[in-house]
Amino acid sequence: MALLELSGISKHFGAIQALTNVSLALNPGEVVGLMGDNGAGKSTLVRIIAGNYPPSSGTIQMLGGRVAFHKPADARATGIEIVYQDLALCNNLTASANVYLGRELEKGFHPLRILNSRTMYQRAGELFAELKSETRARDLVRKMSGGQRQAVAIARTRLSEPKIVLMDEPTAAISVRQVAEVLNLIRRLRDHDMAVVLISHRMPDVFAVSDRIVVLRRGVKVADKAISSTSPEEVTGLITGAIESA
Amino acid sequence: MATTLDEAISQREHGNLLSWLVSRQTFWVSVAAVLAFVILSVASDVFATQQNLFNVTRNFAFVAIIAIGMTAVIITGGIDLSVGAVLALSGMVIGMSMNTGTPFWLAVPLALGASLLVGAFNGAMIAYVGMPPFVVTLGMLSIARSLAMVLSNNRMVYEFGPDQAQLLTLGGGFVSVWLPFAGGVRVPNPVLFLLAMALLAGFIFRWTKWGRHLFAIGGNEEAANLTGVPVRRVKLSVYMVCSLCAGIAGILEVGWLGTITTSLGQGMELSVIAASVIGGANLTGGVGTAFGAVIGAALIEVIRNSLILLGISTFWQGTFVGTFIIVAVLFDRLRSRTSSD
Repeated sequence: MALLELSGISKHFGAIQALTNVSLALNPGEVVGLMGDNGAGKSTLVRIIAGNYPPSSGTIQMLGGRVAFHKPADARATGIEIVYQDLALCNNLTASANVYLGRELEKGFHPLRILNSRTMYQRAGELFAELKSETRARDLVRKMSGGQRQAVAIARTRLSEPKIVLMDEPTAAISVRQVAEVLNLIRRLRDHDMAVVLISHRMPDVFAVSDRIVVLRRGVKVADKAISSTSPEEVTGLITGAIESA
Repeated sequence: MATTLDEAISQREHGNLLSWLVSRQTFWVSVAAVLAFVILSVASDVFATQQNLFNVTRNFAFVAIIAIGMTAVIITGGIDLSVGAVLALSGMVIGMSMNTGTPFWLAVPLALGASLLVGAFNGAMIAYVGMPPFVVTLGMLSIARSLAMVLSNNRMVYEFGPDQAQLLTLGGGFVSVWLPFAGGVRVPNPVLFLLAMALLAGFIFRWTKWGRHLFAIGGNEEAANLTGVPVRRVKLSVYMVCSLCAGIAGILEVGWLGTITTSLGQGMELSVIAASVIGGANLTGGVGTAFGAVIGAALIEVIRNSLILLGISTFWQGTFVGTFIIVAVLFDRLRSRTSSD
């Protein structure tokens, strides 16, 4: 059974049709590369899966049961985590505070509950160690390199035991060495039987880790192929429209 | 010379603490306030007297209490221009209701309730309708003061019914405490309120989820939203807290003055914002402390008081306070530029 199944998803913002009748299934232990030109609807699709906004029409099923996400917390609760394109970090907060943003640990009894900062620092530090990142939990994000910021955003997804991790352009703004680290991390997630959706413009990255490639063009899914049966040339053609569909 | 590892570490930590302190605008403003205090104690016979310090602390308490709430709003990247008018409205609600015989215990929640309603309106328009804070609270500045005029028919109110003594004691009274070196010291009630509220706010900013979310919203509202911070709820509540602070200050100020007119707190929003900014709150959001708000308000009052004591025309007050606002922020700007290199 598919982990997540999207059927006939459409989304419009006012008069703008961002997605038209997109269907997509995600399986455990699979990396799906989601490709398309700017404005093709990649981010819209991912944000619908992440619960940032509901689809205008279409259904979402998780493990065969129908779900509706009204806010990011709903999607999280069913095991979907996302690394946002701009990383969604607050520069004025520490790495630890950013990792736990929106789900801070507290102690004490309601209404006298206070932040459990010590545990958050400790756990965030462990996550950075797992990711083999030099990021320190108490450092301000403002002072961090691109790779360290990436690690903070990825550490966030590891707080829970997610089934699906969505990554929106994780390799767009980091150094070559860091790209290799992020790709290794994606492989590690897959080995833990998670489904990973990798949105990227960078053809080599997508071909390096993906099992399957889905191409969107102007909000329509034009291809959904195993990596072994396609090539960068074909995908480029699909993205630009030189090849109608495959 | 050989240094052990422990020594190196302790030096490093010492250095970090010092550099952390030096990097705080609040630290430098505190230094300025202490310096002004010392210089004035020497230059003027009157400044360091109990009576003058009693007046100084009480005078700045009203601004400082509101500056705490204002700082919370500024941390989220917002602004509240209506606090002076809310102070007048709160004062007029308690004044008029007690004037018509309402008991003290009921008049206080009425005044605070009116303040919270104003804050809820501000917050709802800003958080849920998405209007700019500047516009909403500018409108409310006009509305709240006008409502105070409607309520009182623009009269001066100075008779507060059967419970008058309680109100006057709350705002005008003091508590005697014994301090080392100073002996018995009279602390005005508004200052006690200020201390309690500043400690509470400092704790909340640092140690609660709500406080953390204020900073997150000011740092990157979009990120806060995406990660599931209840942005709209927090913004609604922060404007209510700010108005509540103005309402509390209003009740205390009426109790101190023993009279209320609708011009109470006119232009006060500017002093309050100045106090927050001098105390290190950044108008672009994400930065600010409760302690800074208090020290900023204190510094403004010390400057004001010193000009009077030194016999300088009061017309110069605005120039001094204004210069301080600009210098404090300029200093911060220069420092952050050099430290980011």
